[in-house]
Amino acid sequence: MSDPRSHVEIRDVTFYRGTRRIYDGLNVSFPKGKITAIMGPSGTGKTTLLRMIGGQLKADQGEVLVDGRDVGKMRRGDLLELRKNKMGMLFQTSGLFTDLSVFENVAFPLRTHTDLPEDMIRDLVLMKLEAVGLRGARDLFPAELSGGMIRRVALARSIAMDPELIMYDEPFTGLDPISMGMILRLIKGLNEALGLTSLLVSHDVEESCQIADYLCIVSGGKVIGFGTPEELRNGDNAEVRQFLNGDPDGPVPFHYPADDYRADLMSGGQRD
Amino acid sequence: MINFVRQLGQTGVASIQSIGRAGMMFAQSVTWGGPGSAGFGDLIRQIHSVGVRSLSIIIVAGFFVGMVLALQGYTILVKFGSVSALGTMVSLTLLRELGPVLAALLFAGRAGSALTAEIGLMKATEQLSAMEMMGVDPLKRVITPRLWAGLISVPILALLFSTVGIWGGAFVAVDMLGMYDGAYWGNMANTVNFYDDVIKGLIKAVVFGLVVTWIAVYQGYDSVPTSEGIGKATTQTVVLSSLAVLGLDFILTAVMLGGI
Repeated sequence: MSDPRSHVEIRDVTFYRGTRRIYDGLNVSFPKGKITAIMGPSGTGKTTLLRMIGGQLKADQGEVLVDGRDVGKMRRGDLLELRKNKMGMLFQTSGLFTDLSVFENVAFPLRTHTDLPEDMIRDLVLMKLEAVGLRGARDLFPAELSGGMIRRVALARSIAMDPELIMYDEPFTGLDPISMGMILRLIKGLNEALGLTSLLVSHDVEESCQIADYLCIVSGGKVIGFGTPEELRNGDNAEVRQFLNGDPDGPVPFHYPADDYRADLMSGGQRD
Repeated sequence: MINFVRQLGQTGVASIQSIGRAGMMFAQSVTWGGPGSAGFGDLIRQIHSVGVRSLSIIIVAGFFVGMVLALQGYTILVKFGSVSALGTMVSLTLLRELGPVLAALLFAGRAGSALTAEIGLMKATEQLSAMEMMGVDPLKRVITPRLWAGLISVPILALLFSTVGIWGGAFVAVDMLGMYDGAYWGNMANTVNFYDDVIKGLIKAVVFGLVVTWIAVYQGYDSVPTSEGIGKATTQTVVLSSLAVLGLDFILTAVMLGGI
């Protein structure tokens, strides 16, 4: 039914937000066990794509297949079951529960979904926290943590149930270089150690290219480039190259569409 | 003119859709069970946060309302020489009307607004989304225990309000105005009917508790997740639940008295 090497497949997906068309016949497949960075200009709906894969948003047309099953057509209960066992997601604002300590935040999915005895939960939580280097911060509350630490706790929580697919929404935004380095190492490390399929939404070209096996460049509701970082940098698509090099002007124009500049200035405010 | 009609239509459709969403949310969250459902401990914690923490405002307000009722009642009844009916008047007013209504209004201001703001912020900080992505239904986990906590708390608060109010009335009538305490309590005991006055008052309180909490959690859950949106939702909670309580109070009274 679907390519066994791909974990997530998007087929002919069209998505509208209000009357604005975000995706128009989107086709892409994300390979199993690899890190794929989804990149593109702001407002192209990269987060929307992650939310469609997670089943939080439904595509207006087309199929979103995770492990060969269409997420958009699943019943609510099945969807929750799928997310519980197979998916993890790291949110932009991390979504830690502010009324729970670091330890309890990581323990939340385990307590909710399993009947494990307390000492086993403790061991599991400490293992996850050790993996992100925050075992010593277990008794702190989210309000007492720095931005980088918050993201690491959220990461520990999203791998608590050992998912097969993990999605990162802008994991580098607003981090200092050291925290960013830590998150990069963690994403790469988790992918290598556990064979997690990792989808990464980011604007940071350099950082993403360092760890990603594949880049997926989205613009104007379609995938305009998919391949390894080297392939895309040396490819012949001008828009992809503009994005990867960060050129201010090119196929994506510097100016928002407007009337003729001279005519606009001379009209003295008398527009149509 | 066309624009006005169109806006009217849009507002109408939007309100009906909103009522529909509120109904769906209620249907999904009123029952326990399902993936990652809340436990008994969550219910107790919510009863503590909406009910127990409203105790002080309910008790203070109830005492003052009882005192005012007795004072006003005394000056009116003394002209007709029927001061002995004061205890009956205070207790019936509180048990039938003011207990449930004022407790619900205070609850809306004290706990309802807090519920809306709390849930709205959980939404804004993606805590609800994070729950969904962990395979936990936020309706079951967050909304259900809060809905039940409100439903359980308001009748108890209303009963407390009335009780404290009757004591407040006795304090003014007996201790300050020198009314004979046997008349205050004795006439009250003779005329107050357990079913007609206490139970019917409690039924009102249950309905108000349900409606106020429902509005509060829905406004939070459906809020636009920005600081402006949450502020608006909190205001909406207090306005809508106050109006709902007063409107429903008339309907329930009319049904219970059977006069209309």
